Amino acid sequence: MLAKRIIPCLDVKDGRVVKGTRFADLRDAGDPVELAQRYDREGGDELVFLDITASAERRRTVVELASRVADVLFIPFTVGGGIGSADLAGEILRAGADKVAVNSAAVRDPGIISTIAGRYGSQATVLSIDARRSGDRWETVIDGGRTPTGRDAVEWAADAVARGAGEILLNSIDRDGTKLGFDLALTAAVADAVAVPVIASGGASSAQDYVELFERTNADAGLAASIFHYGELTVGGVKEVLAAAGIPVRPRERALA
Amino acid sequence: MIAIVDYGVGNLASVRKAFAAVGARAELVDDPAGLRRAAAIVLPGVGNFGHCARELARAGFPAELRRARERGVPILGICVGMQLLFEGSEEDRAEAGLGFYRGSIVRLTGVARVPQIGWNAVRTVGTHPWLRDVTSGDHFYFVHSYAATTAEDIVLGTVDYGGPRLAIVGSPGLLGVQFHPEKSGANGLRLLRAFATSDAAVAASGTR
Repeated sequence: MLAKRIIPCLDVKDGRVVKGTRFADLRDAGDPVELAQRYDREGGDELVFLDITASAERRRTVVELASRVADVLFIPFTVGGGIGSADLAGEILRAGADKVAVNSAAVRDPGIISTIAGRYGSQATVLSIDARRSGDRWETVIDGGRTPTGRDAVEWAADAVARGAGEILLNSIDRDGTKLGFDLALTAAVADAVAVPVIASGGASSAQDYVELFERTNADAGLAASIFHYGELTVGGVKEVLAAAGIPVRPRERALA
Repeated sequence: MIAIVDYGVGNLASVRKAFAAVGARAELVDDPAGLRRAAAIVLPGVGNFGHCARELARAGFPAELRRARERGVPILGICVGMQLLFEGSEEDRAEAGLGFYRGSIVRLTGVARVPQIGWNAVRTVGTHPWLRDVTSGDHFYFVHSYAATTAEDIVLGTVDYGGPRLAIVGSPGLLGVQFHPEKSGANGLRLLRAFATSDAAVAASGTR
């Protein structure tokens, strides 16, 4: 059975991991490579690095990050955050990342999805969607949740897959940081609308949230950031609860030596 | 030296770095003649079979890979590189594989999600020196929309995704894995280490 994936996410700014709510009150939380190795040891199935560097140095630091992580991490990892061109996506992939996630740039120019997928394959092309409840639907928002787009998030996911996106990273803005659990209705709607894997994000605070995610939706993976950073939850602890509930997970590995 | 066939396809930096992590020196080789010096060869590949087969042929590698195979140089095919060991794929019938094995590559059916992306358990059904550290049930990382089928007696491992799919094929001096050992954590590194330290690779390199 294909295992459900538990994916820790690291927010990175100027080459350092930062904690806190996504874009405010940032606190330095250490070296991304060290934290990545810790999550690897704890049984993280995959990692996502969200680069939020705003400076002119961003292009260099994000490529350097991908290369440093690839030196020591032998599980898949995705780099996202402000990727605005297929060329930058290519540099990040050549540096050793397995996937790149595009978000705002893809809403502004959906052609970037087909360009990246055409050059590097759909398996390397992740569409990240930030979605907010609007009536009985969900609206796609961009620029870190600041800019509404008027685009229906479920339709956008399907459109992006048709353009070559190989995976959807779906973040609920309503749940992000709330610890109220994953947005199951949103996740189910998107996961049932596309044939590619869907990674749910936003709101997880307990292992039980993960159980509900996988029992009540067709999500393939669940992502979380701060709960893992603060040690409120460990990846291994989540997996134990999932396994006890009969949900397939990747068991702890034997050490290499 | 382990040669990683560089024909412009795939995440080659990851493969090289994974070998480095187990103490083996692997180099990207973009000139087919470079394979003549190789103690062992890794054939990677990702994405569309036809694209991979075309690029491999355009770079002039098939003839040198056949010669290496005849000389008994250890060869490991990864993902589409494993599929290229076969005659062809229904993904692109216009392009031929290397034909080391008889069989074809067919699309995954009977499952809600294609491609299969993620970790899945491999059930081993045969033995091979390079699988000496693999235990049946070990999880490996898969990304694929197609899988090999064969009537040949080369099936060494299967994975359950809407039914048993071919995960590992092999015979003396040759192994193909549908998953990505370079992205499969310690399980994958163990496999790469066994390949890098196999008797044939060590004898050919003369350095270990």
